Amino acid sequence: MFTAIFGSVEQGIIYAIMALGVYLTFRVLDFPDLTVDGSFVTGAATAATMILLGYHPILATLVAIVAGFIAGCMTGILHTKGKINPLLSGILMMIALYSINLRIMGLTAENTIGRPNIPLLNSETIFSQFQGFWSNLGIDAALNNVLNSIGIQRVPGTWGTLMVVLLITILIKFIADWFLKTEVGLAIRATGDNKRMIRSFSANTDTLIILGLGLSNALVAFSGALIAQYSKFADNGMGIGMIVIGLASVIIGEAIFGTKTIMRTTLAVIAGAIIYRIVLALALRVDFLDTGDMKLITAVIVIMALIIPQFANKNKERKRKAKRAQSVIIAKQGGSDLA
Amino acid sequence: MLKLDGINKIFNEGTPDEKIALADINLHLKPGDFVTIIGSNGAGKSTMMNMVSGALTPDFGTVSIDGNNVTALPEYKRSQFIGRVFQDPMAGTAPTMTIEENVALAYSRNKRRGLRIGVDKKRREFFKESLEMLGLNLENRLSAKVGLLSGGERQALSLLMATFTKPSILLLDEHTAALDPSRAELITSITKHLVEKDNLTTLMVTHNMQQALDLGNRLIMMDKGQIILEVGEDRKHELTIPDLMAEFESIRGEKMNSDRALLG
Repeated sequence: MFTAIFGSVEQGIIYAIMALGVYLTFRVLDFPDLTVDGSFVTGAATAATMILLGYHPILATLVAIVAGFIAGCMTGILHTKGKINPLLSGILMMIALYSINLRIMGLTAENTIGRPNIPLLNSETIFSQFQGFWSNLGIDAALNNVLNSIGIQRVPGTWGTLMVVLLITILIKFIADWFLKTEVGLAIRATGDNKRMIRSFSANTDTLIILGLGLSNALVAFSGALIAQYSKFADNGMGIGMIVIGLASVIIGEAIFGTKTIMRTTLAVIAGAIIYRIVLALALRVDFLDTGDMKLITAVIVIMALIIPQFANKNKERKRKAKRAQSVIIAKQGGSDLA
Repeated sequence: MLKLDGINKIFNEGTPDEKIALADINLHLKPGDFVTIIGSNGAGKSTMMNMVSGALTPDFGTVSIDGNNVTALPEYKRSQFIGRVFQDPMAGTAPTMTIEENVALAYSRNKRRGLRIGVDKKRREFFKESLEMLGLNLENRLSAKVGLLSGGERQALSLLMATFTKPSILLLDEHTAALDPSRAELITSITKHLVEKDNLTTLMVTHNMQQALDLGNRLIMMDKGQIILEVGEDRKHELTIPDLMAEFESIRGEKMNSDRALLG
């Protein structure tokens, strides 16, 4: 049980990077970008291909980020220069990336044009490299002793992965917080808020949309590259429904932690991504559910995250009104007593 | 400062809905001119404003600012030196961003936006000082979201933001029309103050004839896409509303449609 939750937290933290990308388009830019399903795989495919070809995992990951950035920019160009509806631009790019991703992975084998998946079983990854450094520190043993002492017998193999993904995600959160407060960041936020207004303050909304989509998909591809290295494979189907998972994370996070400031919202999105993974892991432990039901469970989680806050708000409202009615009645009675 | 030469614009050309929006408009503003524009609905006032701002481009004719031909310059480039306040109080600000962030957006209008923090300590002080001038206590609510402000407050903020970088041209498009009378009066006095402070070259569209007479040093009246009356500095201060109505009748030979031309 503990190791299952532990694994979902690790994954949740990696997926949180993708969720931050989705937050950047859906919330900040107000652009429903469906490129995500494709660019996530692009990140995974690029990183896996390069690692298999013998490049350093860090370089592979960086190239994956650039690939995602380019994919996002393309969607932005389709929308702003081609005047194609935002949803359609994203869908077109997503479907185009499906073929492109096959081709990228095809680079790993001779005489092959497209390839649907790449295993990374014996390859070096960012995580395996960090592991070498981490295992010398002896922190694993210490933490696992603590777990043993509170009665948890099955302990995680290593804490290194958790630490490294946590470090990366927190770093990205702070960079995102900072970026959204810079002059360019403010202009991107204003583009999502009121295009006409920011144009009248000499900002080129087309460029800002393209840039925003590029950055968002760079994060998504980064997340994909890390997931490929974490789970030691890249597969052309791994991006299906990714946008829904990203949205689920954003919505769950915002519903629970609120959106008062940018810093709080980005934290909420990360927490949302982790909570989503934990809920999913718990749901999969139910006897009659199978791993094939994952997408269905995802849909149900998102629907609940959208509906429950509405009920909660209504309930709150009703209670508040009832309370006020009560106080008015009491005030009236008090008045008549005096009279 | 601002020069419109032979501006023509036809909407829906070649269709049954064809409408001549502007017919050979010539207008020349000297630095510091404050021109008020009146005219009934469909006279072409807003179209003319959009020609200046770059939201629309003329079919033919040229727009020059500071001696540079800007006819082909897109709106976002032109707005480096044009400030604009819209009629809709919601249009001039970003609602989910804070007051100081909105002012920061205005502050970087004529600068290249980079990776500098938009609101740092030094700028915050400067923004605060500028907001104080509005007398609406906005300087103490710097981190409040603009969406929470009232229409009047938002319009005052829009006005400050539009004039913040001392633009070459200020465009005011019926910017008091959506407010109640007392708020409208406040915005009018703020307008007067801001324009006079920096001696801004201003074009203001209004439906309120009294406002058109009170503000500015020149007045033009438009009808059916043409400028039908121009009143210069020398005559403007002695002009009255009945004078304007009479002028319109004598030029057009018909009674002015005063439904929306408020006499107040």
